[in-house]
Amino acid sequence: MKRLRCIVEKLTEGLLTVSGAITTIVILLIVVFLFREGAGLFKSPTVEKGYVLCVDAGNPVTHLGPKQIKEIFDYEIENWAEVGGKDQPIVVFRFEEIFSRYSDEEFGADYELLPEKLGEVIVSTPGIVAFLPEEYMPEGMPGVKVLRGDHISPADFFGGREWMPTATPAPQFGVLPLILGTLWVSFFAILIALPLGLGVAIYLSELASERMRKILKPTIELLAGIPSVVYGFFGLVVLVPLIQKVFHLPVGETALAGSVVLAIMALPTIITVAEDAMRNTPRAMREASLALGASQWQTIYKVIIPYAGSGISAAVVLGIGRAIGETMAVLMVTGNAAVMPRSLFEPVRTIPATIAAELGEAPAGGAHYEALFMLGCILFIITMIISVTAEAISKRQPNRGL
Amino acid sequence: MIETKDINFYYGDFHALKGISMKMQPNTVTAFIGPSGCGKSTFLRLFNRMNDLIPGTRLTGECLVGGEDIYAKGVQVDELRKKVGMVFQKPNPFPKSIFENVAYGLRVNGVKDKAFIRQRVEESLRGAALWDEVKDKLKKSAFELSGGQQQRLCIARALAISPSVLLMDEPASALDPISTSKIEELIHELKRDYTIVIVTHNMQQAARVSDKTGFFMLGELVEYSDTKKMFLNPEKIQTQNYITGRFG
Repeated sequence: MKRLRCIVEKLTEGLLTVSGAITTIVILLIVVFLFREGAGLFKSPTVEKGYVLCVDAGNPVTHLGPKQIKEIFDYEIENWAEVGGKDQPIVVFRFEEIFSRYSDEEFGADYELLPEKLGEVIVSTPGIVAFLPEEYMPEGMPGVKVLRGDHISPADFFGGREWMPTATPAPQFGVLPLILGTLWVSFFAILIALPLGLGVAIYLSELASERMRKILKPTIELLAGIPSVVYGFFGLVVLVPLIQKVFHLPVGETALAGSVVLAIMALPTIITVAEDAMRNTPRAMREASLALGASQWQTIYKVIIPYAGSGISAAVVLGIGRAIGETMAVLMVTGNAAVMPRSLFEPVRTIPATIAAELGEAPAGGAHYEALFMLGCILFIITMIISVTAEAISKRQPNRGL
Repeated sequence: MIETKDINFYYGDFHALKGISMKMQPNTVTAFIGPSGCGKSTFLRLFNRMNDLIPGTRLTGECLVGGEDIYAKGVQVDELRKKVGMVFQKPNPFPKSIFENVAYGLRVNGVKDKAFIRQRVEESLRGAALWDEVKDKLKKSAFELSGGQQQRLCIARALAISPSVLLMDEPASALDPISTSKIEELIHELKRDYTIVIVTHNMQQAARVSDKTGFFMLGELVEYSDTKKMFLNPEKIQTQNYITGRFG
């Protein structure tokens, strides 16, 4: 009998250990997967997959960054001197143009002469830059130089100010507008949620009657359980038109709408955590303050808030964490224009919204797909910093005396 | 100085204090003794209306401090609490510096004059026999002091706003014997300037520090007389049983 119990206990212990280990390993694997997929981005060529850029052999330029390529093909850079070459106008040549220069017969029955013709064009046009499919590349022909070996660099990614993952010929993976968009929306969300949340927390913990508390607290906790898509829907139907009307904007889907929705979503977290911290202030502290003739307000702001300070900061950080990671609601109300945020009344796009909106249309394994994973890594790092901060702050409890 | 007339106090349906009438003279130490739950702390906390903080309580009868009914309409509770200071069972300094702990009562009462605050802090710390131990570390956190020092700091904090009455709710129960004897000496000193009411579990302490003693049981004031008489020759049999340690 005793032995059986011993075995059962050992077995339970083993099972618990194994489940703990499995959870840890799964989480680690997810992180590893995220970073591995994301890191592939920096091995991707700057030019769209399956295509190459060719120039004439006389051209000294060997590298073009994604931004330079885009500007060349947008006719914003028109001279090779601007990208480190000779003083020579740039002639942009797209693959389709070949069909207007030669008749179909000249390419042969199976287009086997196409590369040759492309080569001819390149050789005969000084200052040309040709954007061609890899399979028709006139490689090895004298007078043709293929620009290759360029990869998307971390500088292009983290420092880039344009996010156009489907641009041709060079997709733009500048993540700055997305990071700033995320921080922008979250910052204003916290700016709205903080005073409101602290106010409610103070009311609940210090002023509300027991009956009021019993009604309010579960209601607020219920708010945390509403699916974010419902908040998004509410934002889209109520807030967006309201903002458009009140501020006379062309569109209501703005950073402001996102901030307000996020603020509402972060409120339950802030209120619950801050209220708990304030209620944890020992009764002895309140009584000591009141017994010295302090009013209730003096007690709140001179004793309770300082005492609950670490808990309140943890509430703020957790609220920020909630806001930064939020996807659906923001996707629905911010308008999702990947531009550098300049005001509250313009659309912005956040990192989570970008991932959710674009992952479905990004071909697996492509640069776009990897860039989205890299965005995931950035988000992961941001939220990790936040939760580590929250942890550190909430550990810094005030010395409770005896 | 303090006078109660037929006080009845209820926590919800629980009748905690039953018809208590007693008088406490200025510049005396009055001790309340009795078994746990007899209502002595509740009674003490009536004098600065600390029981107001507990929801669902009810009071009948009159409680006069300095001749005024403190439960009358229009009484400013914070003004009352400035007159009636309190020291709690466990030392409960604020998470602030030693100086700020003592200055707290002055600051919340709107005193801005820095020189005056500094002077009051020193006087109060001297009054609580703590000055010599802390004068070089007034900026340090109050939590760096020992338990006994913290309790004397709490006494200094209460003294700083110059109350006339000092309520002490088992002020030495969380302290070691040496700290306890320091607090008791201090009570002797403070008697000259304050009216002191002290609740204690420790009968020897009551015998050592008080002039008058009230014995409470089950919400009633069983006996109230001079301390010497109470301990040598109690009138009631319950008092005698309690004092001699037969129960409680």
